[in-house]
Amino acid sequence: MAEIVIDGLIKSFGATPVLRDVSLRVADGEFVSLLGPSGCGKTTLLRIVAGLETQDAGTVRIGARAVDDLAPKARDVAMVFQSYALYPYMTVAENIGLPLQMRRLSRAQRLPLIGASLPGTRAIRADIEAEIVKTAEGLGIGHLLDRRPGQLSGGQRQRVALARAMVRHPAAFLMDEPLSNLDAKLRVKARAEIAGLHRRLGATFVYVTHDQTEAMTMSDRVAVMMEGRIAQFAAPQTLYDDPETLAVAAFIGAPEINVLPAKRRGDGAVEVAGAVWSAALPDAGGAELHAGVRPESWRIAPRAAHADPAWLAAEVRHIEHLGSETLIHCALARGGHAVVARVEPALAAGFRAGDGASLAPDTTKVLYFGADGARLRGARPMAARIQPALAHHG
Amino acid sequence: MVDAAFPSARPRPSRRAGAALEAAAAWTLAGPAVALMWTMLLGPALAVVGLSLTDWEFGMPTIGWAGLDNYFEMAGDRVFWVTLRNTLVYVAFVVPLSVFLGLGVALLIEAGATLRGFYRAAFFLPVTSTLLAMALVFQFAFHPSVGAVNRTFAWLGLPTTDWLRNPDTALFALGAIGIWQAVGLSMVLFLAGLKAIPRDLYESAAIDGADGPWERFRRVTWPMLGPATVFVVTITAIRSFQVFDTVAVLTDGGPNKATSVLLYQMYQEGFSFLRSAYAAALTCVFLGFVLLLTWLQVKLLDRRTHYA
Amino acid sequence: MDRMTRRMSPAAFAFAAFRHAVLGLGSVLMLAPFVLMVAISLKPPGEIFAPVFTLLPETWAIWENYGAAFQRQPLARFLFNGFAITFAIFALQALTALPCAYALAKLRWRGRETTFVFVLLGLLIPPQVTAIPLYILMWQLGILDTYAAIVMPSAISVFGIFLMRQFFRTVPDDLIHAARLDGLGEFAIVWRIMLPTAIPALIAFGILSFVWNWNEFFWPLIVVQSEELAPPPLGIVFFANAEAGTAYGPLMAAATVVNAPLVLAFLFAQRWFIDGVTMTGVK
Repeated sequence: MAEIVIDGLIKSFGATPVLRDVSLRVADGEFVSLLGPSGCGKTTLLRIVAGLETQDAGTVRIGARAVDDLAPKARDVAMVFQSYALYPYMTVAENIGLPLQMRRLSRAQRLPLIGASLPGTRAIRADIEAEIVKTAEGLGIGHLLDRRPGQLSGGQRQRVALARAMVRHPAAFLMDEPLSNLDAKLRVKARAEIAGLHRRLGATFVYVTHDQTEAMTMSDRVAVMMEGRIAQFAAPQTLYDDPETLAVAAFIGAPEINVLPAKRRGDGAVEVAGAVWSAALPDAGGAELHAGVRPESWRIAPRAAHADPAWLAAEVRHIEHLGSETLIHCALARGGHAVVARVEPALAAGFRAGDGASLAPDTTKVLYFGADGARLRGARPMAARIQPALAHHG
Repeated sequence: MVDAAFPSARPRPSRRAGAALEAAAAWTLAGPAVALMWTMLLGPALAVVGLSLTDWEFGMPTIGWAGLDNYFEMAGDRVFWVTLRNTLVYVAFVVPLSVFLGLGVALLIEAGATLRGFYRAAFFLPVTSTLLAMALVFQFAFHPSVGAVNRTFAWLGLPTTDWLRNPDTALFALGAIGIWQAVGLSMVLFLAGLKAIPRDLYESAAIDGADGPWERFRRVTWPMLGPATVFVVTITAIRSFQVFDTVAVLTDGGPNKATSVLLYQMYQEGFSFLRSAYAAALTCVFLGFVLLLTWLQVKLLDRRTHYA
Repeated sequence: MDRMTRRMSPAAFAFAAFRHAVLGLGSVLMLAPFVLMVAISLKPPGEIFAPVFTLLPETWAIWENYGAAFQRQPLARFLFNGFAITFAIFALQALTALPCAYALAKLRWRGRETTFVFVLLGLLIPPQVTAIPLYILMWQLGILDTYAAIVMPSAISVFGIFLMRQFFRTVPDDLIHAARLDGLGEFAIVWRIMLPTAIPALIAFGILSFVWNWNEFFWPLIVVQSEELAPPPLGIVFFANAEAGTAYGPLMAAATVVNAPLVLAFLFAQRWFIDGVTMTGVK
């Protein structure tokens, strides 16, 4: 078990920069996800940690050792690949056993025929055999040991890949989108299993994914990566509630956060598409801002006209019934911006496409970002003042 | 929060170490092959060009620069021109016939469902046979009195001759053997080309009104076989330029040089008369033709892809 | 297309008859030399030159002809040479081509592109081109008229390198990365990971290598003087010269024996042969 410390990694492929100064500290036994859109550098980062790529600058430390000059096999990490990378012509048992053979048997002992007759070979092989069986049974694939990968289902292959990683008891597990080749149902199940595995083994996990649900459900902390940098490294809920940048706010959460252009007023309030929202922001009158409203932070009322200046007039465009919740897609009367509100199904019953509607946010939950996308935090939001006006609608 | 509380010193040794390790492994793995490739193939190929510009004869203690003398000698030598003509006639005889027959056989095999495997095997068998041994069979078949060829021709009322000793027919008799061996190769390559044509092209052509066999062939099969045809022609042509075995065992280049071809001439000059430099020049001419064919192939395929 | 399930129309029947007539006649022509070869190898001299040709002999002369083929000339030795030479060549080709193909397909190193360009250039050079310089080289090394002289020029196959490199490129990188993490070095990766996945391509290459080198005549003719080193095609020529073109029975028996390994291998592994040739287009 070990912590992983990544310091100032820089990497480019030819003229294309892939990692621009990435630093990250994964605590011993922590489950950390690297989350980001494709091309953000997350897989490259993982591969540098594994030793499969070499960085241009920076260092990686696993436990107490700097591993930069160590070959992948010497780093004491195991990796689970997106394609599983099982050796197609070996049986499941041989696949799982290969890393142990390479580590415990000498070069001579690995030779076919001759190796078997050398002293000690038999005992070591028996030990390896026992560990293969134990690991496989722990993952429920004990009955598949004689099969070849080609004869297995996707879920079974994924377990074999996990078993091959586990059997070595590595200091850290590196996983590169290990669930993306599974179908949706299996993925949910596998998510729980991997999280359970992490609890059971107590090892350090670094998990690369582009799927925010995976990252949010399994991780202790998530590092959101964008354009070769770590945009934010925090616990899942913090990422959602308290994003550092507009990009992170937009990346986390589905449906996406509603972003509207806003303008500071002299009195501390903010003007958004004609409506006026109270906001406690550092003083900067007249500045252009972005106001971010999560779909569930909207309050929605029938009829486009509303007396309160905090409300936005809109028209309902489309309604999505998801069962446990309903999404109401609207277009704002001023500026035509598309916004989405997430409401209780009962509340949505009165709305129909083409109807007028009005929207207002819970202003305590509105996230403001400067023109450069950086989060603006202020003193305590002036929520109390406007709250009573919202209390009764529908 | 981004964990950035680290000193900004950035060590850079690792990149070189990793890349150097990989490069060292690569050279160790590729080294034997690269070394052998240069000593056994590329080096000798360059040497043959160099040798053709000297006056060296095998076993001579000294070697002198001769410039293009060997090529001038060649240009003035009647035998060289006869040889070149023979080679080109042989290629011009063998290539079209084996390509055309191979295509016909492939189309006919694909056109029906029965006996495909048998026909394919029958036509392909000559490709794998030992040409040298089969040449001796052909020698017997071309035997003027008891040979199967003359017996059959006589039975059919066709003129007969001593095919391998008649200067007018010897080259074509060898060509017939060449065709016999080449048809199977062009057939399997065409069969592979036919397999690669998507079925729905025929279906859409049928919907567009092209459903007769000729229309199907003209609108779909032939255009789709274009690249395969270029490939088959080049391969067959290069192999025909390499004709040697049958000449060496059946005619010795005779009668009266009627079947002397480039490679055989090269062999005689280089290994019978030991005129290494002159033989090297002949080799260069041979290599020139082979490279020309490859160049033509690349050009043709290039143009096709532009239109495709 | 559904015509086939119903009764054949007259046009379809005529076409099927035409197809079988043409292909049947073609097959007869293709197979005739083999038939002739075997038929003569079974006949006593008197019948070979008989005015009427029969497929089967009146008096069988199998024992005389095949016995003579093996006794009057070292035919068994020729066959042994053939197997030994083709095996040695293929082993050397695989041993040099596989690691090189792996380095070209999967490793990053300065010189990779250049090396590959030279491999492609090598593909353009017909084997006969190098004969004179190689002959001089073998002479300098003093190894003319040895097995080494026959084998060495074919020990490297740029074609093999090219073929295996193309195949290795289709092997996922992750498989190699997994192997590195599992503790395999680059050599172990070549033999334990790449080789087993490449078995089909290697078999195809092996078949082609076997066919070419078993049938190779040009180079052995140049470097071999001693009868006991001759591979089968050259052996057959020694045979024909020694028998002065008269003993057709034993000669055809020898030809049959020399052809047999390839023909039998082809009949048993037709798919592999045809796929191999198609995959590679032959040199």
